[in-house]
Amino acid sequence: MAEPQSVDDKSFDKVVLEAKTPFLVDFWAPWCAPCRNIAPIVEELAKEYAGKVGFAKVNVDESSAVATRYSVRSIPTLLFFKDSKPVNQIVGLRPKAELKKNLDALLTDKG
Amino acid sequence: MVDKVYQLIIIGGGPAGLSAGIYAARSRLDTLLIEKAGLGGQILNAEWVENYPGFPQGISGAELGSLMSQQAEKYNLPTAFAEVEGIEVRGEEKILKTSEGQYRAKAVIIAGGSEYSKLDVPGEEEFRGRGVSYCAMCDGAFFKDEVVAVVGGGNVALNDALFITKFASKVIVIHRRDQLRATKVLQERALANPKMEFIWDTVLESIKGDSQVRELQLRNVKTGGKSNLSVSGVFIAVGLKPNIEYLRGLLSLSDGGFIPVNGNMETEVPGIFAAGDIRAGSIRQVIAAAGDGAIAAIAAEAYISSR
Repeated sequence: MAEPQSVDDKSFDKVVLEAKTPFLVDFWAPWCAPCRNIAPIVEELAKEYAGKVGFAKVNVDESSAVATRYSVRSIPTLLFFKDSKPVNQIVGLRPKAELKKNLDALLTDKG
Repeated sequence: MVDKVYQLIIIGGGPAGLSAGIYAARSRLDTLLIEKAGLGGQILNAEWVENYPGFPQGISGAELGSLMSQQAEKYNLPTAFAEVEGIEVRGEEKILKTSEGQYRAKAVIIAGGSEYSKLDVPGEEEFRGRGVSYCAMCDGAFFKDEVVAVVGGGNVALNDALFITKFASKVIVIHRRDQLRATKVLQERALANPKMEFIWDTVLESIKGDSQVRELQLRNVKTGGKSNLSVSGVFIAVGLKPNIEYLRGLLSLSDGGFIPVNGNMETEVPGIFAAGDIRAGSIRQVIAAAGDGAIAAIAAEAYISSR
């Protein structure tokens, strides 16, 4: 999948938790400016990591249950999932290079 | 990418960098703008900008930032997402080492701006995203009917606090002095807002909680007295610091870490210019950043054509 997939309260478990690959989930909202800023970077990463890491985005305005379940209280928040569990979290607008480091760690870390 | 030498590279995609980019692109300079995390800059975090001429009703910071990047796009300003890690001057050429490889240019405008300062108190990093926030616009809505604190006394702190009153039941401003630094208009609004309270002469010492923020430990700087405050969120707005880590050794910086420039935005290194919040003496307003960017681009063009 080369584009981040929009998921909501209903589809989240099936798409992210049941996935065979690790997943990066971008929690965002339309009124959050840095979220709009990070979106093109996440889109680029989705292309670069296609086949290795799945990418999804959750609009916290529409899917508050998922946001609450993972205690998201700040956006943009990127949650990294592996084996159905959140294993890493990045809050706020961060450089692409830093996101890549975290994605690489997600792929190499056997734990 | 390795062999190409740009005429001009602009570091930073905030108002200063975008303004420089618009001028450079219209002058048909072969320009690249490098931004680490998304175009627009700090102004994106301002809920409402009321002092930028041309918008008598005011304009949201997000929209103003977005309009500026659209204007740069209109003139086909090339941009790259990369983090600059160092600049080396070899003869007249400037070599930029970045997270995405090396870029070369004849002239460089440093418009890397600033980022929010942290308080560096216990709990601040631990509860980031779980009640500790630096972006009221982003996170205010998560605190509906809850009690929230804002640390700071400047324009950003009061704008943030006023914005959060739309959601929170109470917003308590914690300020280390006994008066506010913010513009009078904002002070009047804040002091008149029934949801707002102020704790003066007080600093935040630590942030406590469990799965989220529960309590702030405070200290009065005049009496030394300590107290606790129950809140579910704390927004930190204690000013900005320049992004200068990669410039150490290249330029001498002012005490606060800003870049000294002359009236043409020239630094001590020929062909390297600085514009916006990052330059020494900046009033750190969006209007000034845009002006600096224009001056720097025109000076850079003169420098390039004189070589």
